[in-house]
Amino acid sequence: MTIKASSLESKATSAQAKSFSLADLIPKLVMAPTIVVTLICMYGYMIWTAVLSMTNSRMLPSYDFVGLSQYERLFNNDRWIVALTNLGIFGGLFIFICLFLGVMLAIFLDQKIRNEGAIRTIYLYPMAISFIVTGTAWKWLLNPTNGLEKMMVDWGFESFTFDWLVNPDKVVYCLVIAAVWQASGFVMALFLAGLRGVDGDLIKAANLDGANIFTTYRRIILPSLKPVFFSAVVILSHIAIKSFDLVAALTNGGPGYSSDLPANFMYAHTFTRSQIGLGSASAMVMLGCVLAILIPYLYSELRGERHD
Amino acid sequence: MKKFAFALTAAALTVGAANSYAGEVEVLHWWTSGGEAASINVLKGLMVEEGHTWKDFAVAGGAGESAMTVLKSRAISGNPPASAQIKGPTIQEWGSLGFLTNLDAVAAQGEWDVVLPQVVSDVMKYEGHYVAAPVNVHRVNWMWANPEVFRKSGAELPTSWDQFLVEAEKIKAAGYTPLAHGGQAWQDATLFEAIALEKGVNFYNKAFIAHSDQTLRSQDMIDVFNTFKQVRKYVDVGFSGRDWNVATSMVINGEAAMQIMGDWAKGEFTAANKKAGIDYVCLPAPGTSDSFTFNIDSLAMFKVEGKDNQAAQQDLARLILEPEFQETFNLNKGSIPARLNMPREKFDTCAHASMDSFLASSTTGNLTPSMAHGMSTSSMVQGAIYDVVTNFFNDDSMTAEQAVDKLARAVKASL
Amino acid sequence: MTSANTMNSNSSRRQKTPLEHILRVALYICLLGMAAVYLMPFLVMFLTSLKDVEEIRSGTLLSLPGSLNFDAWVKAWGGACTGSSCNGIAPFFINSFQIVIPAVLISTIIGALNGYVISMWKFKGSDIFFGALLIGCFIPFQVILLPMARTLGWLGIANTTTGLVFVHVVYGVAFTTLFFRNFYQGIPSDLIKAARLDGAGFFTIFRRIILPISTPIIVVTIIWQFTQIWNDFLFGVAFSGFDTQPVTVALNNLVNTSFGGKEYNVDMAAAILAALPTLLVYVLAGKYFVRGLTAGAVKG
Repeated sequence: MTIKASSLESKATSAQAKSFSLADLIPKLVMAPTIVVTLICMYGYMIWTAVLSMTNSRMLPSYDFVGLSQYERLFNNDRWIVALTNLGIFGGLFIFICLFLGVMLAIFLDQKIRNEGAIRTIYLYPMAISFIVTGTAWKWLLNPTNGLEKMMVDWGFESFTFDWLVNPDKVVYCLVIAAVWQASGFVMALFLAGLRGVDGDLIKAANLDGANIFTTYRRIILPSLKPVFFSAVVILSHIAIKSFDLVAALTNGGPGYSSDLPANFMYAHTFTRSQIGLGSASAMVMLGCVLAILIPYLYSELRGERHD
Repeated sequence: MKKFAFALTAAALTVGAANSYAGEVEVLHWWTSGGEAASINVLKGLMVEEGHTWKDFAVAGGAGESAMTVLKSRAISGNPPASAQIKGPTIQEWGSLGFLTNLDAVAAQGEWDVVLPQVVSDVMKYEGHYVAAPVNVHRVNWMWANPEVFRKSGAELPTSWDQFLVEAEKIKAAGYTPLAHGGQAWQDATLFEAIALEKGVNFYNKAFIAHSDQTLRSQDMIDVFNTFKQVRKYVDVGFSGRDWNVATSMVINGEAAMQIMGDWAKGEFTAANKKAGIDYVCLPAPGTSDSFTFNIDSLAMFKVEGKDNQAAQQDLARLILEPEFQETFNLNKGSIPARLNMPREKFDTCAHASMDSFLASSTTGNLTPSMAHGMSTSSMVQGAIYDVVTNFFNDDSMTAEQAVDKLARAVKASL
Repeated sequence: MTSANTMNSNSSRRQKTPLEHILRVALYICLLGMAAVYLMPFLVMFLTSLKDVEEIRSGTLLSLPGSLNFDAWVKAWGGACTGSSCNGIAPFFINSFQIVIPAVLISTIIGALNGYVISMWKFKGSDIFFGALLIGCFIPFQVILLPMARTLGWLGIANTTTGLVFVHVVYGVAFTTLFFRNFYQGIPSDLIKAARLDGAGFFTIFRRIILPISTPIIVVTIIWQFTQIWNDFLFGVAFSGFDTQPVTVALNNLVNTSFGGKEYNVDMAAAILAALPTLLVYVLAGKYFVRGLTAGAVKG
């Protein structure tokens, strides 16, 4: 709908362009600062990082080119492989669970709940606090000697164990728990907003057809929330890739380096270990992975929008 | 109240000492806790007395990790602080990039070559010129023990790692945690280097300073890793990610028997009103009584603009080495002064032991830089060793032979 | 208008069956149970901040403090050490506000104008640029620290509040543009076309027609940006000067001290204090947040 109109509009703009070249320039001028800054501060820096990844820069950037050997070192580095695998597990689970919880809580909250505002605020508040603040509390809660495990044992559940935080094979799930806690409320808000925006006529029609409430949600409401899924996935993957504070506050990569994520690997090597070359290479791989997944998704979504 | 009085005197002195120049120094450091803040305030007060302005840029976290990020971004933006807390080979790295200023004049005036032991002054120099001023010397290979726990479990204080394993078994059987430990990479490395040191300073130096491939792959190194894995059994379940001072408080509370940690741990005992020799004992880490692994904190001076600011910077370097600051700072921090022949009355028995050992080991060649604390090697190699050590400590399936192979390869890759 | 209304008005007309009653109770239990889970970390922090050090050592996480004791709060606000000065985190609030307010306003205004151009004054390449901007959101911020430091040095605004505002605007604009663009996509274009035929220009249309209906999305954007910038630590630590450090850096200094006994109660009180502005924004403006999202931010 809107797209059709705006393409008409752009035709109108080009028709007017001959007579009002100045007026036509204004939108471009308005965008110009953002374009310039984005080109320099996002793409320029990306290229700079790409260049550094092919040098043997150590403590500060240098331009002593060594070809692709930093990438070779990177993939011979056990810790990097662990970090990359963790990102896969963490990112996948985090996005999936957030979407699931978000949709579920949004649907539940949308049933004329008393005190909806208060409950909604409780779900939403973790998004307002950074992990620098909540990291310590989570560390305590998940720690077997003074957290949940101790509490359950004190309450009489003697055999209760919850030691994921200190178990190298399970610690990544602790990251998922804390990250879901932080972001799922926000996803809930997105879906709640989406649900409130669904066209009432569609539902009436479905009800007249005798569809029950579950069918209505599955067949009609959720499919119409496709754009919300899109926004949520973009925002969640943004959060997943940038999960740095989370690891820094909760585990600092431990036990060993079993809970390292690429962002932490990159930061450690670039800033504390004086391996800017290797750090840059890891940043490029990270970016490559993200783009490989995101660009097709963005493309299909933005294109799809154009057709409806 | 005290602070107010101090501010008053400081203000009065400022007026009195308003001499020819008054510059500014911006100091980037990560001394942020109560005791440290008090110590750094002494230096700040001295600078103010001289008529200078002190700009405090404190960034805590991860043994200075955040501070290093700040320093790099400041340096690269062309606006480094006048002075920054950096140490060990990192000083030379900054020196080689041309960022550091020459302190030879102050050093000559203060006779730094005489009052500082050679090992310390070497670290402070880049290509023979002083570029940094040392504030203290920490001994890293200490063991802190709770004698009460030892008595109750019928164990004796171990003097070798083999004996440690025997005594630890007794302590465990008596229901205590034998070793209080925090599972963070640097703590794992601190423990690891203490075990490696038992094999002798020669072995230690070849592995952690010269990075000899032969030594890194030697049977001795395999033994070290094996002992390290055995020690792992005597750590409690919740050690992962625990801060070192929480581990120390386990020794203080009598939950745990021992901790291997540098002399900064003493501050925790002091804060809990515990007396050295009575409530707790400090002794060298098992099998390392003749050696001394050092960790020196220092402030390096960066090139700055402006005559007044440069003068202030030189004054800062001078004041750091003055006995007044050296004494107060180190009394607070548990370390010993970098400066030799200081009056010893105010220091406790652990510090005395540390001072004696420092002097003795410097003549026998058993004074050696700490790998875990970035004194022996570049941050790149140190990081590579950290990774292998901490991963081995936490991975039940890795054998010592595999670890040794990984270690040798990781060190080679990062050289 | 809303799905919930339609469905519930249907069901409320009928008498509720026992099954529906049970479902309803289950629904409440589920919602409240989840609320308890979400509240737990905050509760732990809050309870800890009221205990004294001895109680923390001996008690469990959720045990109640023996007496109401706000000493830790007082100390965190005005007496804890964050470096060589021991004035608590209070002085740093001003720094944070000096960074957050201009950065939020500027990035919101730029985002609004960009969104307006991308959705209504399309030019050749504007869509591609939007895609490029979106991808830019995914650069890990750690990568840009060094080149940005160099850039700020060149611009002469390194380690100043201006520099920090600049950085936050640069990396905030992608999201604000996204929000506004999605919102404006939903505005009927007939409105704009008519105005243009009447001879109204770019800014006139923006001021007279677009801005007045943008309130919901402005609220969403401001809440989002405020939270992001207030909670930022990485930029705050890397690009601030000694007298412009934001409150997150002070909090980090307070919490991460490595020497001397840890005062967890003070840490927790300081953490809650530092989070108070964002918490307040969410509690007070949360309603408008969901409304604003409903009004269009989530479309597309």
